Amino acid sequence: MSKDNKAYWKRNLKYLFGLLTIWFIVSFILGIVLADSLNSIKIGGFPLGFWFAQQGSIYVFVVLIFIYMRLMNRLDHEFEVDEI
Amino acid sequence: MGVQTWTFIIVGITFALYIGIALWARASTTKEFYVAGGGVNPIVNGMATAADWMSAASFISMAGIISFMGYDGAVYLMGWTGGYVLLALLLAPYLRKFGKFTVPDFIGDRYYSNTARTVAVICALMVSFTYVAGQMRGVGVVFSRFLEVPITQGVLIGMGVVFFYAVLGGMKGITYTQVAQYCVLIFAFMVPAIFISIQMVNNPIPQLGFGGTLSDGTYLLDKLNGLHIELGFSEYTQGTKPMIDMIAITAALMCGTAGLPHVIVRFFTVPKVRDARKSAGYALLFIAILYTAAPAIAVFARTNLITTVSNQKYSELPEWFNNWETTGLLAFEDKNGDGRVQYYNDKNEAYTEIAEQRGWKGNELTIDRDIMVLANPEIARLPNWVIALVAAGGLAAALSTAAGLLLVISTSISHDLLKKQILPGLTDRQELFWARASAAVGVCIAGYFGIHPPGFVAAVVALAFGLAASSFFPAIILGIFDKRMNMQGAISGMVIGISIMSLYILKFKFGVFDGGKEAVESLQSSWWFGVSPEGFGTIAMFVNVITALVVSRLTPAPPSEIRELVEMIRIPRGAAKGIVH
Repeated sequence: MSKDNKAYWKRNLKYLFGLLTIWFIVSFILGIVLADSLNSIKIGGFPLGFWFAQQGSIYVFVVLIFIYMRLMNRLDHEFEVDEI
Repeated sequence: MGVQTWTFIIVGITFALYIGIALWARASTTKEFYVAGGGVNPIVNGMATAADWMSAASFISMAGIISFMGYDGAVYLMGWTGGYVLLALLLAPYLRKFGKFTVPDFIGDRYYSNTARTVAVICALMVSFTYVAGQMRGVGVVFSRFLEVPITQGVLIGMGVVFFYAVLGGMKGITYTQVAQYCVLIFAFMVPAIFISIQMVNNPIPQLGFGGTLSDGTYLLDKLNGLHIELGFSEYTQGTKPMIDMIAITAALMCGTAGLPHVIVRFFTVPKVRDARKSAGYALLFIAILYTAAPAIAVFARTNLITTVSNQKYSELPEWFNNWETTGLLAFEDKNGDGRVQYYNDKNEAYTEIAEQRGWKGNELTIDRDIMVLANPEIARLPNWVIALVAAGGLAAALSTAAGLLLVISTSISHDLLKKQILPGLTDRQELFWARASAAVGVCIAGYFGIHPPGFVAAVVALAFGLAASSFFPAIILGIFDKRMNMQGAISGMVIGISIMSLYILKFKFGVFDGGKEAVESLQSSWWFGVSPEGFGTIAMFVNVITALVVSRLTPAPPSEIRELVEMIRIPRGAAKGIVH
């Protein structure tokens, strides 16, 4: 692997790590592990933990994929590995 | 017009539309149509992926199962959408770059071995069969209600339709049919949701509506929690599953989603790696519309159901109640002979005393969870055409997924197994014959399980995800992210993963080793780590990964051309043209 490709892959892994951390926090931490304690906070009629588990996490998932798309397109361009 | 007439009209129109598109796309799948673009537009592909993947389980069963599980139903919501994030970030772009047609192709090439290919084929078949069985049940539920026949006949009719449809649609051009199916199913899902949301909480957006207030000023969720406690159930917004099981099921569904062969295949169709990323984003966006509305429908349906039937006179119940009784999916047994429906949690010991004081002698109403979405518009007294629309939507969901799955089943057998391995001299015609034959066998096996389901549609489908999580997911991920992973590691990982997963299902879901299905409930206390069969995919997956890593480090490294292959996959530039199917 050339040096550039290595750097490209490293950055890719860094992005993945960051995005998947958010993915893990909204679903497993806020939606499951902390759900009971978050339920004491209410937003409108929604207990917060319940809302994260059944609504919030899904919204975040969608946003995550589009952010990833953005980041990677820019990265591809920067390293000139994008498709012509 | 009656519901049945409307159903025939709307289902008839949508079917004509699908068949028309299939014929049109087939006729134009010649060079001039596709080669210029080199594949399918990513947004269109996203829509097709959404239809492919949102099955009868998502459409018919999920909201129903959530309405009975309350908070715990989140495992399906988070599991099936969160898996998309894994798919988009960890698999789709790389598999697109790799550019082969099937998942066994990837496994076979990456692990330079036909044994690996065969193992992958077997895993693909197990996953797809389990999944398609769930679809057949869903189709059966729809037909049995709207043709007013028992569920078994409903499944048989469904088998006929799916078989006809798969033979016709299991060819090129399936993408555009699925786009139409997405439109039908999302429209059919959202219309009643919006109606009911306006009716109950005066908010046209169901996603916000179920956190809204009723006409008397109380929050809908508070009211439902109150109703639940009054009838001995636990609060709707509180979980009853142990946390470890919640986590395990969610993770198994997530990784399973990412490992589903018929979904992965979709990403081979877009023109570029960049488009594969985009396509996954749009697919999840389209899926999220349904997935965020489902928990709202669950709350509406649950509240409506309880207020409509609880402690009401049987003779005065609305018509839908009797209609569903005919299917056998709803049953009332007047245990205390007072002519009223007592629906409560008779398994709750703390509640027994209250029930006895009221003269109740056990829960008198049994409801199949799979009917909730279909019955919901009837319970809310929506117009007949809406009810018919929901039937058409359910069929669209089931058919699009069944077609995608049967395609995987038939290509796995005819292409990956027969042509690539056992009978390399197969002509195209013979290959097609075998593809059709395996689709036919697939429909029959699926139909059998549709008639004798081991659980509710969503739960059966959950098992398929467990199988996918325990077999493919690690093999593909390691194939991309671990250059040192070799044939020996991947094969032993997949074999061990899917074996322990299957044994766990057989033992704890079917009670095979302990005297049949009756024993299943008593075995719950001996679940490993307190994890249910639905969640065991997570544990099997870890076992798979550890086995693969250990074995690969003890055996020779993969040849240098494989390392080059992996490096090639990681860089977007130079991807081959998209495949249209």
